[in-house]
Amino acid sequence: MKYPFPVGKSDFIQGDEAIARAAILAGCRFYAGYPITPASEIFEAMALYMPLVDGVSIQMEDEIGSIAAIIGASWAGTKAMTATSGPGFSLMQENLGYAVMTETPIVVVNMMRGGPSTGQPTFPAQGDMMQAIWGTHGDHMLIVLSPSTVQETFELTIRAFNLAEKYRTPVVILGDAELAHMRERVYIPNPDEIEVVYRKLPANEEEAKLPFGDPHGDGVPPMPIFGKGYRTYVTGLTHDESGHPRTVEPEVHQKLIGRIFRKILGHKDEIISYETFELDDAEIAIVTTGIVSRSAIRAVKMLRERGVKAGLLKLNTIWPFDFGMIEELAERVRKIYVPEMNMGQLYHLVREGANGKAEVELISKIGGEVHTPMEIVKRVVG
Amino acid sequence: MRKEVLFSGFGGQGVILASVILGRAAAVYENLYAVQTQSYGPESRGGASRAEVVISDEPIDYPKAIAPDYAVFFSQEAYSKYLHTVKEGATVIVEKDLVPHRDPEFEKKLNVIALPLTEIAEETTGLSLTMNILTLGIFVGVTEIVGRESIEKAVRDAVPHGTEEINLRALRKGFELAEKLKP
Amino acid sequence: MMYLKSAYEIRDKYLRKDMLPTIFCPGCGIGSVLQFTLRAIDDLGLSQDEIVWVSGIGCSSRVPGFVNFDGLHTTHGRALAFATGIKLTNPDLRIIAFMGDGDSAAIGGNHLIHAIRRNLDVTVILINNFTYGMTGGQVAPTALKGLRGTTAPYGQFENPFDIAQLAVSAGANYVARWTVYNYIQGINSIKKALQKEGFSLVEFLSPCPVSFGRRNRMKTAPELIRWYQKITVPLAKAKKMKPEELEGKIVIGEFVDRDRPGLVKEYREYIKRAKKMMGWEQ
Repeated sequence: MKYPFPVGKSDFIQGDEAIARAAILAGCRFYAGYPITPASEIFEAMALYMPLVDGVSIQMEDEIGSIAAIIGASWAGTKAMTATSGPGFSLMQENLGYAVMTETPIVVVNMMRGGPSTGQPTFPAQGDMMQAIWGTHGDHMLIVLSPSTVQETFELTIRAFNLAEKYRTPVVILGDAELAHMRERVYIPNPDEIEVVYRKLPANEEEAKLPFGDPHGDGVPPMPIFGKGYRTYVTGLTHDESGHPRTVEPEVHQKLIGRIFRKILGHKDEIISYETFELDDAEIAIVTTGIVSRSAIRAVKMLRERGVKAGLLKLNTIWPFDFGMIEELAERVRKIYVPEMNMGQLYHLVREGANGKAEVELISKIGGEVHTPMEIVKRVVG
Repeated sequence: MRKEVLFSGFGGQGVILASVILGRAAAVYENLYAVQTQSYGPESRGGASRAEVVISDEPIDYPKAIAPDYAVFFSQEAYSKYLHTVKEGATVIVEKDLVPHRDPEFEKKLNVIALPLTEIAEETTGLSLTMNILTLGIFVGVTEIVGRESIEKAVRDAVPHGTEEINLRALRKGFELAEKLKP
Repeated sequence: MMYLKSAYEIRDKYLRKDMLPTIFCPGCGIGSVLQFTLRAIDDLGLSQDEIVWVSGIGCSSRVPGFVNFDGLHTTHGRALAFATGIKLTNPDLRIIAFMGDGDSAAIGGNHLIHAIRRNLDVTVILINNFTYGMTGGQVAPTALKGLRGTTAPYGQFENPFDIAQLAVSAGANYVARWTVYNYIQGINSIKKALQKEGFSLVEFLSPCPVSFGRRNRMKTAPELIRWYQKITVPLAKAKKMKPEELEGKIVIGEFVDRDRPGLVKEYREYIKRAKKMMGWEQ
């Protein structure tokens, strides 16, 4: 297959562009979107590439329509993505919940900018973490990934598609305006170097009849996509294993939502990914995600030069969250610092994880600039 | 070897493009790590314009310039605003005609190259627009942060189709000037 | 003249027995419109496996759950946005969107307009009963001035939307409006609509005695149907009437029947153009 960009070599491209190329290599063939800073370049790259790979790129009337269209595309059998930023992500919450409830594999990218409301369109922020996790109404479970470099943005986009397909779930990628527009060296692999996952399809009539069942015991039902004669009925109402609406029986709702939680939390170890830097002998831990991690790595180096035993835990997955891992960390360090570009979001998760075993301090920064390494160093050394 | 480069001027001078070309030369043709960032917003559409490139032979953590090792100033505003952020001993290129008010005291600590860049570009290619590429030529010629062949390739990749030759002429003029400037 | 199969035959062939009975109230018109749609499908000999039903929220939106086809019961107003994804991904599938008045013209108004503008290949079957039946009788954007609902207890003070006219203006290929008692015209219109490339819409004035009729002194379906007879004017007759005479009336008939290229065809051409422009194909 011919690709509309060079593969098997390095390139120097923006985070937004890396997402588009990764999506295409991951098998995404449907993109619907609505222009918004700083995610428009993802759409523009998709608009350029999709027709060339016989895929669809379409500009919808709004972000509600965009996420609706990709859910439709997913049920019609293809991998689909949309991308946006804060204001559009707020509009997508309705159908993000629909995707959770109907167990539709989709990838939703949010390149975060300063908010609330229109806020700071061109400046990075990390203020949508809680929204990504809890933004839609009702009890729900999904996966949220958070890259810190353009290379990671590329790799996590492929991972996002694989996780979405494997667990029949929406996956959110949280980037930010800095990562969106930053150009960096990225290795774009050959397609045969990439592991690509496609959803389980029903193996037989029985499985096809239970699009929301659990025939394999892993909580992930095979997906009887449209147009194959399965006659699948999909609804956002509480439904039983066959998909029939059953809205007044508590046990039907408990079973459905319980399984949606279980299929993610039961595979938490496989889903959660993180990296550590100088953490083994650390007395001071810094826990970060996204772009701030890069300031934190430098801060750790600077602190070590000053004789402070600092180390970093960088989270590539922010939901599901490994509270246990944070507690273990809290048991062995004196203090945990959480630098983030908001008024305190990851901080609350870390504090819950630390469970009082170590002091946790927020290093908050808002307004549109990434923490400088020195700002983190100064807070640690006082 | 982390090296930080600051490009600054006003919108329309090709500040951003110059930074992208340098980053590309390093990342794609020298197999170095490189990050390019720029300030967005209204200032990039006519007002002040600023871009940074960090180049290193190991993965780059903090992606922004902390204290630039190299800087390019195409406007008085940029010069006045950012000159004092550069590292002592930094190599600095100044568009002489557009920066009439200088800080000779501070410049003593730097290696300053001040030339009428726009005028030279116009004389070389007939297009003042090629000033950014000319400057890249001087920059690479003097600093040797990337090879000449790499920057030529990156210029070819990045400039609009049909303007490759004219831009390369500007680039090579820059190399030529650099030879004379070298100590 | 078409041969009418018995309703039992249609029911047994197309409905999901395990989902019956339906949720519809006595006197509701949705069942009739569903029957028209199934008869049209049957008459055209379309396969159950090549049609996907989509819907939003509301009484009418529950229809895809009762029919034995692939179906996507989505969020309020969004059916056509979901349909856009399905159709462009698998153009071999025919799409029927079963929608209500509030669903299509209020919360989903923008999706409707843009789906029509794009000429999305879809057939919309639209139930217009002037009310939000499922939530208990609030006024719909199609409610004529003076009609009562729980959110306009003193009579609607806003102007109504004429969905059929809206669809014509936005560029639909086929638009017709009937009442549920025009069943022959209704079935024929759905048949035409289903064979159309691009966007087609068949609107039905459909009784809701429980949520709407009760509040407007028409407690039963027959009363509502008599009222429809009073307020509807066939298109041919309407053309000869003065605007004053048409005040408060609803015109029924076939408003447009044309063949502009549909979205699927346009996108296929777009792919060809893209490949040509990039030198991938001659």
